[in-house]
Amino acid sequence: MRRAVIAFTAFMGGLIFVFLAGASTAWAAEGEEVRGTLRIQGQPVAGVKITVATDADAPVGEATTGADGAWKVAVDKAGSYKVTLDQATLPAGKALRDPDRGTLTVQVFEGNARNVLFGLVDANAPPQGQQGDGGGGSSYWTRVAQLVFEGLNLGLIIALGAVGLSLIFGTTGLTNFAHGELLTIGAFLAFFFNTVLGLHLLIAAPIALVLAAGLGWGQDRFFWGQLRRRKTGLISMMIISIGLALFLRALLLFLFGGGGESYQQYVAQAGIQIGPIAATPKSLIAMGIEIVVLIAVGLALTYTRLGKATRAVADNPALASSSGINVDRVIRLVWASGTCIAALAGILLGTTQNLNFQMGQQVLLLMFAGVTLGGLGTAFGALVGSLVVGMFVQVSTLWIPPEMKTIGALVVLIIVLMVRPQGILGRRERIG
Amino acid sequence: MDWTLIFSRAVEAGIGSEAIIYALAAIGLNVQFGYTGLLNFGQAGFLAIGAYAIAVTVATFGLPFFLGVGIGLLMAVVMALLLGIPTLRLRADYLAIVTIAAAEIVRLVVRSVALSDTFGGTDGLQAFSGAFYDLNPYPPGEYGIPPIIGFDNRSMWVLTVGWSLVAIASFILFMAMKSPWGRVLKAIREDEDAVRSLGKNVFSYKMQALVIGGVIGSMGGFIFALSRSAVQPDLFSTDLTFYAYTVLILGGAARILGPIVGSMLFWLLLIFIGTGMEEAVNTGAITFITVNQVGAIRLMLVGLGLMLLLIYRPQGIFGDKREISIDAR
Repeated sequence: MRRAVIAFTAFMGGLIFVFLAGASTAWAAEGEEVRGTLRIQGQPVAGVKITVATDADAPVGEATTGADGAWKVAVDKAGSYKVTLDQATLPAGKALRDPDRGTLTVQVFEGNARNVLFGLVDANAPPQGQQGDGGGGSSYWTRVAQLVFEGLNLGLIIALGAVGLSLIFGTTGLTNFAHGELLTIGAFLAFFFNTVLGLHLLIAAPIALVLAAGLGWGQDRFFWGQLRRRKTGLISMMIISIGLALFLRALLLFLFGGGGESYQQYVAQAGIQIGPIAATPKSLIAMGIEIVVLIAVGLALTYTRLGKATRAVADNPALASSSGINVDRVIRLVWASGTCIAALAGILLGTTQNLNFQMGQQVLLLMFAGVTLGGLGTAFGALVGSLVVGMFVQVSTLWIPPEMKTIGALVVLIIVLMVRPQGILGRRERIG
Repeated sequence: MDWTLIFSRAVEAGIGSEAIIYALAAIGLNVQFGYTGLLNFGQAGFLAIGAYAIAVTVATFGLPFFLGVGIGLLMAVVMALLLGIPTLRLRADYLAIVTIAAAEIVRLVVRSVALSDTFGGTDGLQAFSGAFYDLNPYPPGEYGIPPIIGFDNRSMWVLTVGWSLVAIASFILFMAMKSPWGRVLKAIREDEDAVRSLGKNVFSYKMQALVIGGVIGSMGGFIFALSRSAVQPDLFSTDLTFYAYTVLILGGAARILGPIVGSMLFWLLLIFIGTGMEEAVNTGAITFITVNQVGAIRLMLVGLGLMLLLIYRPQGIFGDKREISIDAR
C-alpha cells in the first residue's frame, strides 16, 4: 500500500511538473496593461477595435480582438485610462448592451493588468423575458424543436460521461465522485496541447484522449486497484474519491487559474438553419462523434469477448473470476476506456462553452441523475437515462426559468428513486 | 515573515466562527454518519436552510428574529423528512446521491433570479442580524490575549453563543448516545438486519438520526449567517459538506469530541498554512507561486488530507477503527 501511495504521489507530482512549465507562462504579468476578452454568450467576438487613451485624451495604443476575443494594450505607468470600444467595428448583429458605455474609465494599479469588460448583446434577439410566454402557433413548436435538439446535445455529452461512471460502478462498486474531474482533465489536456503548445485542436484532442486513457489506466493500477487489494470499504473509497475530486479541482485551479479559457479553433462559428433548428456545424459534428462513440461502446459491450467479460464482471465479479476472466484486467480496461470517453465528453463540452476548473463538477450531478434514472451499473441504462435527463433539462425551460433547469432534473432524480429505485433498465436486486 | 500575524490568524481561526460553523455541521454529520452510518452528503443544504430562514424572515418579511430561528429549525426537520422518506430504505450510496442533489436544489433555488425578491439572488441578503447583536452583553472594545488573540465585542458575542450551542449539542448527544436509544443507533450502523430482527423500527430510528443531525446542521447555518451579518447562496456549495466530512474524520467519527477538536484543528492548520504561504510569497521567500495560487494549494491540501486520512487513519484522532462505518453493506 505504501508503494501505491508513493507511486500515486509521484504520479500527481509528475502531473504538476508537466503543467508548471506551460502554466507559468500564463501567470506572467509584468508591467501594467489593460486587457480583456470580448464575448457574447460565451462565444468570443473577433476583429473589434479598442483604443486606450490617458485621462487627458492622449492616445496610448490600440488593439484588435483576436480569434479568441482577447485584446490587450500595454500602458507605461499606473493611473487612470479611458478605454473606448469602436462600435462601428462590431460584427453585424452584435451591439453593446448599453450603447452609452462605449468608453470606460478604469484605474490601472502598479504592476497589475487591469481587466476591462464590455457587455455585448445580440442586437437581433428579443430582450430576455419576452420569449417563452407560450404564445402558441408555429413559433412555439420551433422553440420546442430547438430545445429538443439542445437537449439531445446535452444528453449525449452526459451519456459519454455517464457510461464510464456506470461501468466503473458496475465492475468495482465505486461511486466515483471524481468522475466530473475526469471530464475537466480531458478538456484541459487538450487545452494544454492546443493553446500552450500550439497544436491544432484536431491533433491536440487525440493526444489528450490517449493521455486520458493512460491516466485512467494508471489511476486504477496505482491507486484504486491498490485500495481494492487492501480491502478498503466501498464507502471509504467513495469518500476518498471526494478527496480526489477536491484535490484535482484545486490542482486545475492552481495550474490554469479560475477564469474561463477556450480553444484556439472552432470557437466562433456561424449558425446554420436546418428546418426549425438553428445549430452550429461544430455542434452537429460533435453530436455525430458522440453518437458514433456511444454506438461503438454499445457494440463492443454486446459482441466482443472483452465486452462480454466486462458485463460478466459487472454482474458478479466472483463468478466471473471463477470462470477464468481476469477481473483486474477487465476493471483496468474499464477505467482506461471510461476515462478516455469522459475526456472526450470534456473536450466536446469545451468546444461549446468556456473551459473552467468546475466544468466537470457542474455536470457530475446530471451524470448521477442519468445513471440513477437508467439503473446504477448498467451501461445501456446510463445511456438512456442521460438522454432523458439532457432532454428534460432543456425542454423544461419552456415552463421554468433557464437558471432553474438543473433543479428539474434533480427533482426527477429524487422522484425516480421513490417510485422505481432500480431505474428504467435496472433489476430489482441491485438496490439491496 | 511576520510570525505573530501567522500564529494569531491561525489561533483566531481555530476558535473563531468558522470553527464553530464546521463543528456544528460535523456534529450533525456525526449523528448521521458516525453513529448511525447514514451518508448525508447534503449537510450544506441544512446549513443553507438555517442561514436563509433567519435572513428571509427578518430581512425580507420584517418579522421577529426568534421567529426566524424557529422557522429554521422547523424547515430543517421538514427537509430531513422529505429526504428520508424516499431514500432511507435504499442502499447507502443512493442516500448520498439524493442528499447531494437536494442540497444543490436548495442552493439553486435561493440563488435564482426568479425568486430574488425573496432570497436576494446571487447577492444574498443582508441587514437581518440587528436583533441578535442588540442582545450583545459585551461593551465595545477589544477582547483577548494580545498580541495573539483579539476579537471585537460583536465577534465575542457570536463566539459565546456559538460555542454554547456546540457545548449544549455535544452534551445532549453524549447523554443520548449512552442511553438505550443511542445503542440502537450504533447497532443499526453495525448490522441493520440484526436490529430489525430484535423488533426495532429501523426506519424510524434512522429518520430520527437524520432529523437531529439536520437540525444541528441548521444551527451551524444560524451562526454562519449571524457571524457575517450576510448570506450568499454560493457559500453553501457541496464543498462545505465535504469539508465538514474532512473535519469529522480528522477528529474521529462516533466520538463526542471528534467534530469539535477536528474543526478547531482543521481551521488552525488551514489558516496557518494559508497565511504562512501568503507571507512567504509576499516577503519573497517563495517566488514560484502567486498569492492567488495559495488558495488553490490550500484546497489541494484539504483533498489530499481527506484521502490520506481515509487510507491510513480512518478513525482520525479519537476514533476507534472498528466503529467507523466505511464498509458498504
